[in-house]
Amino acid sequence: MNYIDIKNNQCIPLASIPVLEYEIFLEHNTSLLKESQNHCVNYYGFHSDGKIKLICCIANDNDGSIYVSSSHINMNETLLSFTHHHFAFEKFEREMHENFGIKYLNHTWLKPVRFSFDRTNKENTISNYPFYKIDSEELHEVGVGPIHAGVIEPGHFRFICNGEQILHLEIQLGFQHRGIENLFLENKKLLQRVTLAENISGDTVAGHTTAFVNLWESLCNFSADKDLQFTRTLALELERIAIHTGDLSALCTDIAYQLGSVVFGRLRTPVINYFQIWCGNRLAKGLIRPGRNNFPFSKKLNDKLYKLFDEFERDFIEMCEESFSLSTVLARFERTGAVTHQQASSIGTVGMSAKMSAIVRDIRSTHPHDFYSSLNHQPVIKNHGDVYSRVQIREEEIKQSIGYIKKLLKNIPEENKERKNLSSPSLNSFAISLVEGWRGEICHCAVTDEKGELVHYKIKDPSFHNWLALALAVRNNEISDFPVVNKSFNLSYCGHDL
Amino acid sequence: MLDNFKILIHQGKQFIPDITTAEVPGIFRGRPVISNEKVDDDKLVDLCPTNSIAKNPVSIDLGKCTFCGECAFAFPDKIKFTKDYKLSTNFRDGLIVKEGEEKNIILNPDLIRKEISKYFSGSLKLRQVSAGGDNSCELELNACSNVNFDMGRFGIEFVASPRHADGIVITGPISENMAEPLQICYDATPEPKIIILAGTDAISGGVFADSPALNRIFLTQYKIDLYIPGNPIHPLTFINGVLELIRKRK
Repeated sequence: MNYIDIKNNQCIPLASIPVLEYEIFLEHNTSLLKESQNHCVNYYGFHSDGKIKLICCIANDNDGSIYVSSSHINMNETLLSFTHHHFAFEKFEREMHENFGIKYLNHTWLKPVRFSFDRTNKENTISNYPFYKIDSEELHEVGVGPIHAGVIEPGHFRFICNGEQILHLEIQLGFQHRGIENLFLENKKLLQRVTLAENISGDTVAGHTTAFVNLWESLCNFSADKDLQFTRTLALELERIAIHTGDLSALCTDIAYQLGSVVFGRLRTPVINYFQIWCGNRLAKGLIRPGRNNFPFSKKLNDKLYKLFDEFERDFIEMCEESFSLSTVLARFERTGAVTHQQASSIGTVGMSAKMSAIVRDIRSTHPHDFYSSLNHQPVIKNHGDVYSRVQIREEEIKQSIGYIKKLLKNIPEENKERKNLSSPSLNSFAISLVEGWRGEICHCAVTDEKGELVHYKIKDPSFHNWLALALAVRNNEISDFPVVNKSFNLSYCGHDL
Repeated sequence: MLDNFKILIHQGKQFIPDITTAEVPGIFRGRPVISNEKVDDDKLVDLCPTNSIAKNPVSIDLGKCTFCGECAFAFPDKIKFTKDYKLSTNFRDGLIVKEGEEKNIILNPDLIRKEISKYFSGSLKLRQVSAGGDNSCELELNACSNVNFDMGRFGIEFVASPRHADGIVITGPISENMAEPLQICYDATPEPKIIILAGTDAISGGVFADSPALNRIFLTQYKIDLYIPGNPIHPLTFINGVLELIRKRK
């Protein structure tokens, strides 16, 4: 067998992952991606016995399987690239080239990804990044960043324009790199690790923390009680509502629609304040913990949430109806920043950036965890891949999430007061956890050694795939439309840079 | 047009009338109070994910604390977090809360540079630099300007260029890759300029304090005018801290 077939949140002995010759490894994984139901959720390498161990995880969206295979390669070996067969591997291979100096024969362009502090080639610095250039007297370059003009994280965007029209955009990231994956190994206390997970991306606290705790519990053979699963599912859906609402506000700001901007902006407040009431932090930091729960869900919290949604829904629906019937709003959203189905699937987009282009890819329905199997989730799918598709996905997902939460509230699980303590992680094991955050698919993978200590921790934020979708979306658009296109994706810098 | 009026009426008044006395809803982990209760000090110190707790006497350094509240869960008689959100100060030691001492965190007026209250008391324009920030403090800084907190009413605003700014607000632990852009931004800001550190990550590095991917040399070179702790900072903490800085006089 070329692979081992596992489920989301399953822990397996590391030795059970088949080790393939590189040629077979390449052939096997790239041929899997020829089927549209398969996509690559993670592909990475780490040092092992003086060599580099590559692990590739391909998810099958039809039957909820994850096919895991591996290969052991020598340092400084020159390899044929996966990218040559499927472009979705492009970023993964660039990352491995940057971290381990792996050379690829037929990769498109092995540019640095995040200028990690332990990169192989220290001569590649963030200030000498090799931007794509076009030699022409008619064209001009526009560079913005790294410091953003607003209160947003840093990244550098280099446009090549013909007058107002964007021909090409290259996005340089890495400014936020804090060495998080390394800190997961350095910090030995569980509380330190879960705090780290909360700080991967501050707008996806519930998403990344759920991925971490689910992974950790599976490493420890701990099956989460219903009340823990309830907390995580509820937090994920509340986070989705809060951030989507804030994004609708920001989108209205970028098209100078003041009423939408302030009303959606203020509608976010009661939702994040609900986290404050529940756990004492507006972004849900401190709420989710492995194997325990500091903030049991009470009857009082339940009543407050019903009241919140009564008021929220009324104002939200009113504001959506008004905004999306205005020709001036629609004229800025429709057909702006479009990505085709073919483009979106070739680069392996996930989350909203996939669903906008008719790709049915949503962990909540394909690889459900916690309470999602009982919710029978049907993803919101749009076809045009433009700003308006992303706006509609947000609007409909907010309504859908409110529906899910109301369903969850009908049957609140009792707090388990006699919970067992978490045991130590399994020895020599591999575990994977997938979570559908509001932005899309989050993947965390861990490997332990013979003492049960973490030897490798790998995080993949949905933005890792989706930044390229933004670069493709703005082609042939006016540069003045860039802010609204960028905001409609709302991708993460720190989640990407790690 | 009529629909717009209807929406406006439905929204009602959203702003917080008095930002200095507003109460945070629900639970909030603000300024901690440490009692004189005898507990296993070593266990307490060991518990903290960011080493912000020290013993003899037991103290919490809010510049390192991520406000996870785990110490208060484990030792409820020893440590309690109050709803006091006024956590800002202008000297680093002012962030250390000791056992048995229950007092507010304040700015030392003697340490506020004269030109700050002279030039900026009615208007302050700030340039924000996210230097490895996880976007949570950035979200809350944006919230400061929304219709609820409405920081603009005090003349405090974020601007797009350092040339238009009176100072910089740093969030995040300052990654190696942001060290140079931060320096360039600071150099481009006209004198007299102020530096505000917003959030635990900026003040001490927070959970990232020991990461080799950071470069915090910038902070050793200049005087910091205001420390605002929190993970993330609450908008009320930020606005009150900045107001204190520009309005307090010797």
